[in-house]
Amino acid sequence: MTTVSEIFETMAYGPAPESDKQAREWIARHGGEFGVFVGGRWTATQSAELFDVLNPATATRLARVTQAGPAEVDAAVAAARHAFGSWSTLSGHARARHLYALARAVQKHARLLAVLESLDNGKSIRETRDLDIPLVARHFYHHAGWAQLAESEFAGHGPVGVVGQIIPWNFPLLMLAWKIAPALAAGNTVVLKPAEFTPLTALCLAEIAHLAGLPPGVLNVVTGDGRTGGLLVAHADVDKIAFTGSTEVGRIIRKATAGSGKKLSLELGGKSPFIVFDDADVDSVVEGVVDAIWFNQGQVCCAGSRLLAHEGIAERLVTKLRARMEKLRVGPPRRSTWVPSWHRCSSSASASS
Amino acid sequence: METKRKYEVPVEARAATVPAGSVERALRVHPREERNPGTPLDLDLVRALRVNRSAVERRAATIPTRRTVKREWQAAWLLRAITCIDLTTLQGDDTPTNVLRLCAKAKEPVRRDLLEALGATDLGIRVGAVCLYHAFVPVAVQALQGSGIPVAAVSTGFPAGLNPLPQRIEEIKASVAAGADEIDVVITRAHALAGDWEAVYDEVRAFRAACGAAHMKVILGTGDLATLANVARASQVAMMAGADFIKTSTGKEAVNATLPVGVVMTRMIRDYHERTGHAVGFKPAGGMRSAKTALQWLILMKEELGDRWLKADLFRLGASSLLTDIERQLEHFVTGRYSAAHRHPMV
Repeated sequence: MTTVSEIFETMAYGPAPESDKQAREWIARHGGEFGVFVGGRWTATQSAELFDVLNPATATRLARVTQAGPAEVDAAVAAARHAFGSWSTLSGHARARHLYALARAVQKHARLLAVLESLDNGKSIRETRDLDIPLVARHFYHHAGWAQLAESEFAGHGPVGVVGQIIPWNFPLLMLAWKIAPALAAGNTVVLKPAEFTPLTALCLAEIAHLAGLPPGVLNVVTGDGRTGGLLVAHADVDKIAFTGSTEVGRIIRKATAGSGKKLSLELGGKSPFIVFDDADVDSVVEGVVDAIWFNQGQVCCAGSRLLAHEGIAERLVTKLRARMEKLRVGPPRRSTWVPSWHRCSSSASASS
Repeated sequence: METKRKYEVPVEARAATVPAGSVERALRVHPREERNPGTPLDLDLVRALRVNRSAVERRAATIPTRRTVKREWQAAWLLRAITCIDLTTLQGDDTPTNVLRLCAKAKEPVRRDLLEALGATDLGIRVGAVCLYHAFVPVAVQALQGSGIPVAAVSTGFPAGLNPLPQRIEEIKASVAAGADEIDVVITRAHALAGDWEAVYDEVRAFRAACGAAHMKVILGTGDLATLANVARASQVAMMAGADFIKTSTGKEAVNATLPVGVVMTRMIRDYHERTGHAVGFKPAGGMRSAKTALQWLILMKEELGDRWLKADLFRLGASSLLTDIERQLEHFVTGRYSAAHRHPMV
């Protein structure tokens, strides 16, 4: 036990851990195994092919989820198609009411979602609690507003139909919100496939949305790796594919949907330069670089991954940057001020600001 | 009546005893550090300083959210904050008896039972200094005799700093003669606003000469300086002119110690240290009332300057009611319950 007098001398920060009890209880309530969420219900896991979801900070198993095959994807698309009829003909006001309810439900369960996201993705609780989850709620509120105004502001526009959405692991729940909030607001129904590394918050949100009264089939979540994504992309009854992820997979999807009549939106990788002129406030530049490249452990499509500095200040900047890097805190993600392990998709090391 | 007698010590008696004691005190507070002797005024450097306001504001906004201290760590940090407080009274209605009570609080800033519960009785917890107007220096010197707590005086036509220069210099000398160990001086904001950095430099140089062995804290009046670039320039000029500390404000401006200003000033201190090897202290002052604020300033110091700047020889918090809230938080840590502020009286 560290005593007050010892800390008085060392002036260390010490731990400030966030309890994971609530999130663990949610997983335990499901027996540690998840089917896919289709038509407002969980599918059985007995006969399903399951795979492990790991906590990347400890490489221990959090839960087992379903590798969705043709049967699950067919069922999900069918449920979405069935729900499309009534959902798309609801008034904008009625859809707005559902989205507002969903936004409030996210806020009500914010702690659970923040901790679950941190466990599942490995990012720090500070980022999930202060950025990811509050932004998720704001996106639902924002698009609830658009649903309400759709008839006047988007006169003559209508929903596309069943949308297949495939999202990455760097901002699991935030990407989900970006994808489903506008789709639902416009009157589409959704089959969403979260990344196989980070499916838990999507499953949790599907359940929360159901409890908040979203009609069955409007939001369906199927889990699995690229094979499941491939099934969704190739499915004949999907009207649109929305994908965020790697450029490589984006190309594959572009080829697969070409000529199929499916609409497609792609949000792919970037390589962003950070440009510094010689009259810059160099100390502020250092913090800018830190935020640009270490936010979310650098796992951001717009991360400032290249630093281009005027020759005259390059040396000074690099010296200051090196000093600042000594202060990055690396550690368990749920100690709110520490920065967590990188996701195993990219590396096993850790980092950030 | 007894307390009243204390400040009525004859002037001659004080003059005989005080200077020796003040030197001792100064040595205890600044054990090994060589004082910043200052440098020639480097106008090229001063004029080239740039501050990106929005970036600084962003940095300041995230300092309290990226780092935190809880439980034992928080209690220890709050005790450390107490040792850095310049316990201050600078009111028109200050009286000798008020000052005596403030000095009593300075010597025992935390109730003994709380210190015992924290296991901190051996840490010698007392404030960093007592800060007051020149008129009360003798009272405080007498009251703090033997405690090791330095007496700081605000002595240059505080808070506006617009008295004639010879009088301001005389005031410093009078405060030092009365036994003040530290002198808080104010710069002429008009010089800074006009970009007349030579005038600021010369003025502070003259103040430093008048201070002699007493340590000098230079108040920049950042709330009056209009831009963060001016804050950066004033910080550098004050350090070049030999400041031992740079201090944000008098506490009398409309805006006093804010984190963005703190970010800029601490970065200038870091820069000066890198260039000259001299460590200059930092003192935010004014408007700091909550324990949480004190923690934020400590975090800023740790992040921008490092652990060396977390002790009273290089960091002070100019405040008074801040101590009340810190004591309340410590009592909450010990007992699990919050007490009313009036149970931790200041003066």
